[in-house]
Parts: sequence; structure tokens; C-alpha cells
Amino acid sequence: MSRWADVILTPLLSLLLAFAISALVILAIGESPVEALKVMVTGALGSSYGWGFTLYYATNFIFTGLAVAVAYHAGLFNIGGEGQAALGGLGVTLVLLAVPWPHWLLALPAAAVGAAAFGALWALIPAWLQARRGSHIVITTIMFNFIAAALLNYVLVNLLRPVGSMDPASARFPEATNLPKLTDFFALIGVEWGRNTPANVTFLVALLALFGVWLLIWRTRLGYEIRAFGRSEKAALYAGISPVRITVIAMLISGGLAGLMAINNVMGEAERLVLNAVEGAGFIGIAVALMGRNHPVGILLAALLFGFLYQGGGELALWTSIPRELIVVIQALVILFTGALDNMVRMPLERVFSPRSAQGSPR
Amino acid sequence: MAAPAAMPDEGRPDAAAPPAIELRGISKAFGPVQANRAIDLTVARGTIHGIVGENGAGKSTLMSILYGFYRPDAGEIRVNGEPLVIADSQTAIRAGIGMVFQHFKLVRNFTVLENVILGAEDGALLRPSLARARAELTGLARDYQLEVDPGAVIDELSVGHQQRVEILKALYRRADILILDEPTGVLTPAEADHLFRILRGLRDEGKTIILITHKLREIMEVTDAVSVMRRGEMVATVRTAETSPAELAELMVGRKVLLRVEKPAARPGEPVLEIRGLRLIDAEGVERLRGIDLDLRAGEILGIAGVSGNGQSELLELLGGFPEVAAKLSGEVRMAGRPIPLTGRGADAAGRRALGIAHVPEDRQAEGLIMDFHAWENAIFGYHGDPEWGAALLRNDRIRAHAAAEMERFDVRPLDADLPAKSFSGGNQQKLVCAREMERHPALLLVGQPTRGVDIGAIEFIHRRLIELRDAGTAILLVSVELDEVMALSDRIAVMFDGRIMGERMPGETTPGELGLLMAGVTDTGRAPDAAGIPPGHRPEPPDPAHPHEGGLPQ
Repeated sequence: MSRWADVILTPLLSLLLAFAISALVILAIGESPVEALKVMVTGALGSSYGWGFTLYYATNFIFTGLAVAVAYHAGLFNIGGEGQAALGGLGVTLVLLAVPWPHWLLALPAAAVGAAAFGALWALIPAWLQARRGSHIVITTIMFNFIAAALLNYVLVNLLRPVGSMDPASARFPEATNLPKLTDFFALIGVEWGRNTPANVTFLVALLALFGVWLLIWRTRLGYEIRAFGRSEKAALYAGISPVRITVIAMLISGGLAGLMAINNVMGEAERLVLNAVEGAGFIGIAVALMGRNHPVGILLAALLFGFLYQGGGELALWTSIPRELIVVIQALVILFTGALDNMVRMPLERVFSPRSAQGSPR
Repeated sequence: MAAPAAMPDEGRPDAAAPPAIELRGISKAFGPVQANRAIDLTVARGTIHGIVGENGAGKSTLMSILYGFYRPDAGEIRVNGEPLVIADSQTAIRAGIGMVFQHFKLVRNFTVLENVILGAEDGALLRPSLARARAELTGLARDYQLEVDPGAVIDELSVGHQQRVEILKALYRRADILILDEPTGVLTPAEADHLFRILRGLRDEGKTIILITHKLREIMEVTDAVSVMRRGEMVATVRTAETSPAELAELMVGRKVLLRVEKPAARPGEPVLEIRGLRLIDAEGVERLRGIDLDLRAGEILGIAGVSGNGQSELLELLGGFPEVAAKLSGEVRMAGRPIPLTGRGADAAGRRALGIAHVPEDRQAEGLIMDFHAWENAIFGYHGDPEWGAALLRNDRIRAHAAAEMERFDVRPLDADLPAKSFSGGNQQKLVCAREMERHPALLLVGQPTRGVDIGAIEFIHRRLIELRDAGTAILLVSVELDEVMALSDRIAVMFDGRIMGERMPGETTPGELGLLMAGVTDTGRAPDAAGIPPGHRPEPPDPAHPHEGGLPQ
């Protein structure tokens, strides 16, 4: 099968199938799928306001998607993005509240380091357990999500909550650390775009991260070793690549990327740390990486798609009587078809594109 | 080429009976690859019919069609004269076709009886099935020398006995036509001989046997007729009595092949590798290496013969720097007179390469190559830390050029460094590994099974390169389960059995029979010290001193 069919046509058809079944579900509850689609598209992409939110959500998903992808290349399934991103938020908060930053340009790199370091540390423990003790990383990272939630709960209620506040949230960050919104950049060139939307400068950081991961995985020695180890541990040993080293480093990078998400949602949007700030973006990252084939370009596209689904879903709940839960159904269908049922579309396509072939190939 | 369609009656023909198997115009394509092209094949009833061909010639595909794994794109199959559409393996079994796979399909923690009735139970209760199977097995064992303890658990059986269970499974399902795919790859010479006796017995009882192999010696020894495949086509069917290994090899490859390795006498130089008292106990507490002493000099090839699973793999992996987790490791290994670390820092594969030890591993697909990586990425695998390939970022252009040049020198086909390793045939994959490991002129080259699953043309090439490397001064430690290969390439032969070196012989002064005895643990002074306490799965068959051998073939 040609490459374009593999990379573009297969996910596209999977997506269409997911939407088709979603349409049936909407029909079944007595609503119009056409109307619903219209609301979603107008709400998420029809205005700069919609785009502002779509890009904001996409930024979150880029980071968590990259986190899953880097671990995946090392053959590790990091399901702990949720917890790592939560810890990233804690890192951002501590950095921003501890030092009176004069300007966001200084605060941003420091906050990014804090976010990445906390996310990485949260991934380090499962990585270490996997590398040294053989504890399965899927299990440990899931468990660490719960530990992270409990930890954040404790820290927010008992340590970071300002005296007298009833709200389990940290104090507001100093004004100087507030990140410029994309609106502000557009205003510089005299264009009014996305007023009152949370899309901020972190989106550009996310684009940098995409490029950075591409460089890391396909252009560096470390990336070479990560990919080799991910494909075959036995071969990696033969080549003198240390499994312990690669497991730990890949998970540190993965956790760091998940943690980096916090400069978008905590520093860029909420401007303080609240409970459950991650809102499931860590899990969406798994779907984003799956759909994006663990490649930065694919992750960018998939993150935009899920950003659209998030924002469009919100609009759907706002303007129609379709319940907000339905958007979860649509997301689930998209994940099901693009991730789990990938072969369902791929195999017939392969037959179409190479007419004489059957499944398999000769030895 | 010879017309294959009409095969004269052969073996013990029953002139009136239709042929057991008749294939007409069988074609099968996988995408652009034409695996089988208009194959005609007639297998007479009551004969042993060999099918030979290089890897990728289409033998396995053809047999998979016969056993119902693939549907042919075109063509007709007749079994005992009746046209038959074999849609799945159940149809094949009902038609009396049985298959013994190269990799056994046995449940390892089941007994022999349980394995035999698996899928052929008479009812929901096992007891009656087991009783019937036990009675039948006793009969089969008597008739065909297929003795196996019905109550034994598969894990406790030797490889040769496990294979008998596979044959029993087929016979229990009333197989009349038995297909064996590369059956001797895992057997000692004595076990192989026993298998051939079984096959002859089955033939004499009127069964038809199709034997797929790439070992010409076996074809000459046991078959009545032989069909040769090349690139998906059936190029000839001949009576075994009227052909020769050289003719078959030429038919397989399509040109004249040098079956004997031409090599000048070795001129050994300085000692390169010295091993003293090397012991290894694995994580399960099994002693894999029981005090190995070996010496290897520059410019010589030391061949290690032995049935697989007797410690050769452990030795190679230990020297190569990636042993299985070991519970206990002792002894000394010196490279050029200096002790090298066996554990800890510097004992990994990177440390070994830094000492000038290159390694063509036994399993090129699981170890030597990353199958999803491009050929050019694989060309630096293990040497990717070399500053030659760039500082912060890898210089992919330089690696590509290097890989392309290397592939050209090793005649890798197709000559395209951008293809993933999995797209190359076995022989060309092996050339990719050999090129990478040999082009650096290492001080010591470890070679495991250099020609396993490699076609004849590539075998010839790899053997020649090994000799060239030897003459350029590299010390080569060769491990192979192909006794012929060890005898053809080595300047000295050490035989390993149960983690020990049973003895060293000079290739000119020994015979396959003598080596076979050593491989089975029998020394000049009697059996190996604790041959009785050999771990399960390594127990050899009683050796057959009268092992016949027509020498001269590398395969």
C-alpha cells in the first residue's frame, strides 16, 4: 500500500466511520446530526473565538500526545500523563509563587523547567520500578495518576490554599507572570483575533516541542537507541544499549513533556493551581498519539482534531439539547476507530490498493 | 528445463492407483510477489518425495496451500485422484494430509497423550479418548519405531522425541500423506538417521511422504524422487537415483555452485582469545557452561560443533557482552593477553566492540537487526556511538552512503539502503549483518549460525568472506549446528556437549561419525561424566555409530 494511503487515507476513513456512527447515535436520541455537525463546526472553527479555544485545548493534547509517543518509541506505554501533568502544575505553581518574577519572559522558562522536572520526577518512579524490578509500567503509571490526584488534593487544601480561602486552589500568580494570549500577538499586527480565549503563547512552545521530539527521535543517537530498544530489547542488548538507561531516560522525557502541559493550563489559562486542572487531557494524549502514529506531524493534526471535538462538544451542549455526555461518546468512537479498529479499515484498503494480494506475505 | 508434469512411477508404485497428490497449475501471489507460478507436481503413492529450493523459492507457500493455510489464485489440487478444494486445514486433515511443522505445535506442559488427542477428542470426557489413543499409540510405536512414553510431559522430551509426537499426532488423525517441513534442522545426526528410518518404515506401509528441506545430503539419502523449485517455479522433478547433489544445487540456484569451500591452510598468529574455566549458572540454577577452556589465535577459525542448546549460545552471548541474566559466573577470558570483564561496567556489548570483538549473532532477526529499521540504520547498529556518525545530531547522509557502499561490496539485493530490513530475504539480511560486522576487520569475530535459513548462493558468498577475513588476520569463533559447515570452514573443531568441551579435533583427521559421538556426549573413555543428569530437553538420543555420511556438502 502506498504511503499516502497508509498515513492519510486510513485515519481519514476511520474518522468518517466514527462520525457516521456518531450521527446514528444522534439520530437515535431524536436530534439532527447535520444540525449537530453545523453547531460543532461553527462553534469550534467558525470564528476566531472558537479557534482560540480549539487551539488552547490542542496545545494541551500536543504535550500529552508527545509524552505518550516518546515512551511508545521506547516500547513503553505511559498511561500516567494525567498524573504527570498534574505534578507539572504543582511545579509551575511553586516556581511562580516562590520568586517575584519581573517579567513573563523570565518566568516562562523557569516555569517550564519546573513543570518538566516535576512531571519527569513523577514518571521516574514507575520507570525505575520497570527497569529494575520489572513492575509493569502500565500498572504503575495508572496507579500514580491516583496518587498524584490525592497528593494535589492534599497540597492544595493544606499547604497552598491562601489563609481564609474556601476554595481548594493556590493563590493567584503575580500579574507579571501572566502569559500573553494569542489575541495580544494578533493585536500587535492590528488584527482582532480570538478575544477572551485562553489560547496563549504556550501554543508556540508546543510547536517547538513537536519539532524537538522529531529531532530527538529521528536525528539523535539517543533517539536511535530509544527506537531500537522499543523494537527489540534483545537486539538492543546485542548493540550495547542499556535497557535500564533507555527506560529511565525515555520516561523522564515523557513525563517532562506531560508536565510541560501545565504552562498552558495552569500558567497560561487559570493563572493559579486548581483541583483537577488536567481535566483528562492526559488520557486524551493516548488517543492523540495513537491516531497521530506517534509522529509529531500526526500528533499535531490529531491534537487539533481533539481540540475541535472538545470545543465543538462544549458548544453542542450549550446550543442544543444534546447532552454533553454525547461528546464523550463521539470521542470514544473516534478513539475506537482510529486506534483500536485501525486494521478494520486498513486491511480492505490494502486489498484495494494492491488488488492481487491477500493477507500476509511469503516468508 | 525438464518437464515436470509427468513423473514416472517411482519407488514402490501401485500402477493402478492414482497419484497421492497431483497439483496442476497452482499459482499464488502475495501482492507483487509471485510466490508460486503455475506449479505442476505429481507425488506417487507410497514414495518419499523431496522438495528442495532456496529460501523464498516458494516451497513453504506450496505446502501451505496443500494444507489449507492459503487458497491458490489458480490451479487444481487432486488428492488420490479426486479434485479437492482445500479451504482450511480441517479439510486437509479429512483428506488424509498431515503436516509436521518446523516449529512444533505442541502444548509444552501437556503429556504426549494429551497432545495427540488435542482437537481430536471423541467427546466431552477425556478418559475414553485417552484410553483409545494409548492403545493406538502402542500400535503405531510398534509398527514404525515411534516409541515415546505416552505419559511423558513434552517439556521433558528431547527434540527428537517431540518430533515423533508431531508425527504420531498426524498418524492418529489417519494421515496418509505426511508433509515434513525442514524436519532435521534441530536434530543430531543420529536423531536424523532415526527419523529417516521411521520415514522409510512409513513409506513401506504405503504412506506417502513429502519432505521439504534444503539439505541435499538428506534428499540423496532418503527420497525416491525430488522436485526442485526456484523463484516460485517448479524447475524439475527427477528420480533421486538418477541425480547428484551438484546437479540439484545447480537446478536450485540456476548456475554452477561451488559446494566445497576452497581455502588455503591457516597461518595462526598471536593468541587472541583465551578462555579458562568459564562457568555460567543461569537464573534458573541450571549450569549452562561447565568450565570451558578454549584458545583462539589470529588468522584461524575455531569451529564449535554441537546440537543446539548445549551451551554454545550462552558462550557466544557471554563473549559478545549480552548474556542472559546469570546467577553465577566465574572463570577468566583474556583478549590479546589481557583479562576482560565478565560482569559490570565494560562487560556489555559496547565494551566488547571497543575491544575489537565483532559478533554475527545466531538470531539475526531478533538480535542482529532491527527489522523495522531501514538497511542504512541497521548498518551502524551497535556502532552507532562512533563519532564518525556525527556529534549532537546523526549524519544520516553519511550513514546512508556508508551503508550503500557496504551493501554493494556484499552484493546485497536489492541494493536499496532505504528498504526496511524485513523486506530483504534471509540471505540478504545475513549479508547486511555480515557486512556490518566484518567490514571493520575486528580482532575477533564471533559467528553464530552464519548460514541458517540462507540460500545456497549466499552461503557460498558468506563462507568465502569468512575465509578472506581469516586470512587477513582475524580470529574467528564459529558456532554452527550444521556439522558440514563446521567441518568445511574450521581449522580446528571443538565439540560442545552439555556445557563442556568434549574434545578438539582437526577437520582433516576426523569423521562426522566421530564428531557425532562427541556431540552426543560420548568420549573416547565412555559417556560424559554426568550425561545421566542432563537438563530436560538436552538429552540426546542414543548415538548411532554407523552414521552414514556423504561428505563434501556445506549443507
